[in-house]
Amino acid sequence: MAKKSADNVNFRDVNENPCNMCMPMGGILALKGIEKSMVIVHGSQGCSTYMRRHIAEHFNEPVDVGSSSLNEKGTIYGGEKNLRLALDNIIKVYNPKMVGIVTTCLAETIGEDIERITGQYLIDREMEDFSIVTASTPGYGGSHFEGYFFTLKRVIMQLTGPTKKNNKINIIIPNISPADIRELKRILEQMNIEYVLCPDFSDTLDRPFSKPYTKMSAGGTKLADIKEMGGALATIQMGVTIDDAISPGKYLEEQFGVPLYNIPIPIGVEHTDLFINTLEKITGNVIPDSLHGERGRLLDGMIDSHKYNFAGRIVIFGEPEMVYGVAKTCLENGVFPAVIATGSQVGKLNELLVVALAETPESSNILIETDFAHILAACQEAKVNIAIGPSDGRYLTEKGEIPLVRLGFPIHDRVGGQRLLSVGYTGTMMLLDRITNTLLENKYKSYRSSMYEKYYQKPLVTENS
Amino acid sequence: MVDINTGTIAERDGFIVTKGKNKKQLQCDTDSSAGCVSQRACVYCGARVVLNPITDAIHLVHGPIGCASYTWDIRGSLSSGAEIYRSSFSTDLKERDVIFGGAQKLSDAIDGLMEKYQAKLIFVYSTCIVGVIGDDLQAICTAASQRHNIEVIPVESSGFIGNKSAGYRAAADALLRLIKPAENVVLEKTHSINYLGDFNLAGEVWIIHNYLREMGIEINVTFTGDSHYEALKLAPKAKLNIIQCAGSMIYLAGKMEELYNIPYIQISFLGIQDTAESLRKIAAAMGDEAMIQKTEELITRETNRVEAIIKGYRAKLKGKKAAIFVGGGFKAISLVKQFREIGIDVVMIGTQTGRQEEYDTISTLVDNGTVILDDANPAELEKFMMEKGANLLVGGVKERPLAYKLGVAFIDHNHDRKHPLSGFEGAVNFAEEVYSTVCSPVWNSLTKTNLGSEVRGNG
Repeated sequence: MAKKSADNVNFRDVNENPCNMCMPMGGILALKGIEKSMVIVHGSQGCSTYMRRHIAEHFNEPVDVGSSSLNEKGTIYGGEKNLRLALDNIIKVYNPKMVGIVTTCLAETIGEDIERITGQYLIDREMEDFSIVTASTPGYGGSHFEGYFFTLKRVIMQLTGPTKKNNKINIIIPNISPADIRELKRILEQMNIEYVLCPDFSDTLDRPFSKPYTKMSAGGTKLADIKEMGGALATIQMGVTIDDAISPGKYLEEQFGVPLYNIPIPIGVEHTDLFINTLEKITGNVIPDSLHGERGRLLDGMIDSHKYNFAGRIVIFGEPEMVYGVAKTCLENGVFPAVIATGSQVGKLNELLVVALAETPESSNILIETDFAHILAACQEAKVNIAIGPSDGRYLTEKGEIPLVRLGFPIHDRVGGQRLLSVGYTGTMMLLDRITNTLLENKYKSYRSSMYEKYYQKPLVTENS
Repeated sequence: MVDINTGTIAERDGFIVTKGKNKKQLQCDTDSSAGCVSQRACVYCGARVVLNPITDAIHLVHGPIGCASYTWDIRGSLSSGAEIYRSSFSTDLKERDVIFGGAQKLSDAIDGLMEKYQAKLIFVYSTCIVGVIGDDLQAICTAASQRHNIEVIPVESSGFIGNKSAGYRAAADALLRLIKPAENVVLEKTHSINYLGDFNLAGEVWIIHNYLREMGIEINVTFTGDSHYEALKLAPKAKLNIIQCAGSMIYLAGKMEELYNIPYIQISFLGIQDTAESLRKIAAAMGDEAMIQKTEELITRETNRVEAIIKGYRAKLKGKKAAIFVGGGFKAISLVKQFREIGIDVVMIGTQTGRQEEYDTISTLVDNGTVILDDANPAELEKFMMEKGANLLVGGVKERPLAYKLGVAFIDHNHDRKHPLSGFEGAVNFAEEVYSTVCSPVWNSLTKTNLGSEVRGNG
């Protein structure tokens, strides 16, 4: 059971310890997955620096992002001059194939028309063949989650065009780890699928060490491939929680008639089955034995762990799409999702969860557009004993002694966020092991003393002895 | 505009000099150029860095969520008391607030916070859009102050009004407002000092306190590491201000001299040499023969102790070359000397917000051929580190992955580090950290073997 959403949206005047970031952050992440693209944040200098820092610390990668460095003058008289100078400098130093421009609170509040500015720029510079993608992503307009999908939609809107039919499947993914992206590609290759995966930051934000260093990394979804996404056989989009207004897959369906299969992230048995069965349905390709083997191994592991998992009362927080996938996986394994939370404000997460939680004996507390102060209070009320989500959840460990399984973005206090594998049968097994082992570690830490305290009584001593 | 051969941008020319080669004066202290991928943050960042260590204050960001989100508990300032400063509060402005104004929301936010926390001090940080939509921060804060009978201080930190230095200024103005004694309150001078520009990263303030205590000097209050409302209120009582981070504090110190007749001296506790000289300066300014004697004893004892440890590192590090890119000038200056103490020469040095006089000092300190640059970007850092053959880079979080990708060792000299670099023990930590990264075996794996190379027969 789930508590109704209307009761659970936290109407408040103050956010105490945020559980989300702002729209342009998501925009940068999406644009980092496009071949040889550079990003400019149209706003004051700090926005780009803060977001670079946040991304660099998670991925342990250099993250070069330009800024139009709006100052007082630009704010009063308009930022066109700054944005044009930023484009000049970025193009010349980095020689990118594409520039993505995301806006900020400041640029949107002063009413910058970036489409007009960039259109004029390309004409003036005689660069009409060069691709500039623009996305209006004011920080007050939504969280990084919406910023990610909206920017991705803008990429596809501005780079696709009329094209011949092809045999590829568009794979549109949310903000999952580079390791997850590589795993999806491995599954696709095992299924002999021709695909365009977008955005693909598996190399751009997780570069192998190699010499010499280049300012632009290899990898990313090829611009030529994006151009032809309108001719694809179908789109598989992992975005069941997003609104149609920011859905790239919906755009491809409406604009080019590409059938859309909107499915959850393939985490857990049911959702991974759905992904692979969808691939089979679209292409008719045979599911190889190796995938059956992986699936069987996951089932075997789930059985091995089920009694340990039964002790789990979990809080799941973060981006809606990941939250939904993890919640379903927990339900598959008998880990009770006592609190499910996201800082994002829109989307279909709540209604999906209501359906998913229909059979649970206890009701879960769903917090939408929330902050960590509210999450902590809900956890304490629901006697949560394990948490899963980005590293900001360390607050729950510090204040509520709830151990945290780190998952998603950002992870700042541990290494390897980019290497966490959680999708597909194999990834699910690894994710589940992390959850189970955290429960076990906590149990072993205290069961001797807690049993002693609970049951041990000193033997009665006879009065004479 | 751009010289393709060097990868540098024409607008940046004036900000880069090579000592001995160019006679020109280095440009600094201006706004960053668009598209240059500056490593600087904004006015809000500068203000928050300075004020955030005040442990019992509520730090409320008036704006959309991002600014509060990216600055939640990211710095390693420690507290001996309150913990409320480690939370990030935001009015989380949404589209309708931007259209209709956020004044009421801010007012309600303060009321809600007071109900929950009963704080004595709230800082309200202005963000970019507040400067544009025109919420009257002053009026809202004054009204809230009166309503709750506490201090609610607006911080004028809209991101676009300047660079990080403007944020230091905004923080200083907020602090001046805080420490101003109420009318008809007279604060008697005591024989004590204020310590300015140390944010108690990994307990650095405590280390310095211990030295001064041993010398017989009382610290009135630190700006702002491990400080709190009551102590800051008594700041005008001090006889002397000592300044570590000059970039953020020199303006405040000047104002305090003017308003409260407190002279200041600049010191630095980074490295053995600077620590010793600074302690001597303080003793000379504050004490008598006995104190000077005590200080010399402390310096001799500590120097002997740490010199013995550092000697071992120096032998292993001698001849290595360092590149420096840090926030402020004072830190850069001390680092040049500190590297010399462990046998390392500096081949590239830059800061985000160094001042002219600091760059002048740097220029006299470094060897000919050293590249000096202000507000550098990744492309420049890469170019000069490679050209100069740097073995290690000192920098912050954003610079670290670049160094590693170039196969260059790295020292974290940022605000989220977990180990102290101040004083004599800091000097040991520093040498150890340099050794741990420069002499790590991982670098061998980059060159020792290769895939596809011929396998020699065994035996």
